[in-house]
Amino acid sequence: MLVKMSSASLKQTQWYEYGIRFLLGGLATVFTGLVSARLGVAIGGLFLALPVIFCASATLIESHERRAKENAGLRRRRRGQQAAALDAAGAGLGSIGLAAFAATFSALVAANVIGAFATAMLVWAVVSVAAWWLRRKLRITSLIPQAKR
Amino acid sequence: MTEYVFRFVAGGVIVTAFAILGDVLRPKSFAGLFGAAPSVALATLSIAVVQHGPQYAAAESRTMIYGAAALACYSVAVCQLLMRFRFPALPATIIASVVWLAVAFALLGGFGGVAA
Repeated sequence: MLVKMSSASLKQTQWYEYGIRFLLGGLATVFTGLVSARLGVAIGGLFLALPVIFCASATLIESHERRAKENAGLRRRRRGQQAAALDAAGAGLGSIGLAAFAATFSALVAANVIGAFATAMLVWAVVSVAAWWLRRKLRITSLIPQAKR
Repeated sequence: MTEYVFRFVAGGVIVTAFAILGDVLRPKSFAGLFGAAPSVALATLSIAVVQHGPQYAAAESRTMIYGAAALACYSVAVCQLLMRFRFPALPATIIASVVWLAVAFALLGGFGGVAA
């Protein structure tokens, strides 16, 4: 199976780490509202894709990986960086889905608000997963000839 | 004031929900997709529709496309800082914010926004 669910990292995560994400998410939403009110809707729209949550996630992933590898006696720092880089690569692919979300919502919201939200979320999920799957397929294909050499 | 309290709670809840979903999914590159989930956008656009109407929300989501393109460049910059230059995650993500700001405002300057 390509994608799996695991509750192991939930056990690893401390309650305050969710508190940090809640705080950052809340602050980013308030900040976006303030930017729209003060600087206009065009600049406010940019900040809907602000990577503030990503900073917290990448740092937490790095520290979790370091902790896990420390227990296993492996190179902690490098593994932590690699885990955070994988997360960043995923976010890069997800940003294609985010752009598709914005384009779909923009096109449909005048006709039907609920329908625009539902369709935009569906488009975000489909485009993001498709981009990830395609990247994975291309990577596997490009690795096969190297392995044969 | 009530509006900003609502924004804070709605944004916090949606971001935490996507973060939990990202935490339980494997592999890590797939979970990373949730780092670019429209969490702040869902809360902000919902409030924008109620407060200012659909046209305002449509204009806001149009320039969000530039923000998403900037996020793609930001993610590449973070990867490079982590893997090539071996920065720890926190400084890498903070330094790469310069890339996000530069690309987002360059696209807005180049293609323009849409007034509501």
